[in-house]
Amino acid sequence: MERNITLIALFAALIAALGLIPKLTLAFGVPITAQSMGIMLCGTVLGARRGALAVLLLLALVALGLPLLAGGRGGLGVFAGPTVGFLIGWPVAAFVTGFIVERWRTGPLALVASVASVIGGIGAMYLFGVVGMAILLDKTLIEALMLVTIFLPGDVIKAVLAGMITAALARSRPSSVLSRS
Amino acid sequence: MISLTSPVEIWSHRLPAGLKLAALSLATLLLFSTDNPVLLGGAVVAVAGLYGTGGAVFFRQGLRNLRVLWPFLLLIALWHGATGQMAAGLVVALRLLGALALANFVTMTTRLSDMVDVLTVLLTPFRRLGLSTRALELSIALVIRFAPTIADKGKLLSLSWRARSPRRPGWRIVVPMAALAIDDAEHVAEALRARGGLEQPRRP
Repeated sequence: MERNITLIALFAALIAALGLIPKLTLAFGVPITAQSMGIMLCGTVLGARRGALAVLLLLALVALGLPLLAGGRGGLGVFAGPTVGFLIGWPVAAFVTGFIVERWRTGPLALVASVASVIGGIGAMYLFGVVGMAILLDKTLIEALMLVTIFLPGDVIKAVLAGMITAALARSRPSSVLSRS
Repeated sequence: MISLTSPVEIWSHRLPAGLKLAALSLATLLLFSTDNPVLLGGAVVAVAGLYGTGGAVFFRQGLRNLRVLWPFLLLIALWHGATGQMAAGLVVALRLLGALALANFVTMTTRLSDMVDVLTVLLTPFRRLGLSTRALELSIALVIRFAPTIADKGKLLSLSWRARSPRRPGWRIVVPMAALAIDDAEHVAEALRARGGLEQPRRP
């Protein structure tokens, strides 16, 4: 019980800390932050339920007014902005990612976690994000999808990295990778 | 930890947080229920006036908090300029601007402790049902305590990486960062159990 809570809280804190890592810029000028990789890691390491709870906890603190999102953003304003769909998709993304890692137990963890991160951290997250943008910017779903495609290559890289990081953590802290224990 | 509350105290700081949140919800609902550019324009001017009552420093801080919106406003202007639907673009832009600025206003003039109090009140029905909200309260405190700590550890890791390599650390420091976060979590869990854990004290 205590361990579940501290792992959930510390992973929420980890997502916040990852937002502070200076962002990399891809060759074609699209900035990527490590924060959405934190969402994927919550799922791949903590599993579906605990991963989603860690993300929800972070979002609750953001709503309370703490600047925990990448670039020091936070407060109620982020839930009124055009990217709110992605924030709503975050806990779902962590849940789906964790669910896949928990169920798919054959195969190397790095591969499983990467594929799970693509399905959950990209598929599920973009589903919510694109619908949100379509509503708030008054665009069709196809138009909204076109607007976010430039971020796809960066997110695929992050999903692969999340898989490798999960495998490395499973080697160094085997008992703490709850999605596989 | 720095919060987003404005250091400039204005009248709105003294209003009850619950009232401000209720008013914000209602106002946002109204903003999204109209397509009339005149009404929306009036709403944006009213929100600007709200910021204006806080003085020049407060107003400039409010403008800075809106910077995330500029790319989207630019995008809307380009898109609707190209397709010739300026009126529709104006409606979308004004609505976003108004809703975001108003939400920021509430965050800027409400202390973190007041927000936590509102959350506690909202959770009362769960406590009545016999569910413990201690876990949530504890985890909120843990995140506030550990987010800066993990960020500091990340900085140290990237400094030591730079001391050893001419290349940028990038994603490679995420593995030790996550491992340290896991270690912290295990230590805190152990410390909590040693102090009696999260179970409510038993009554005789």
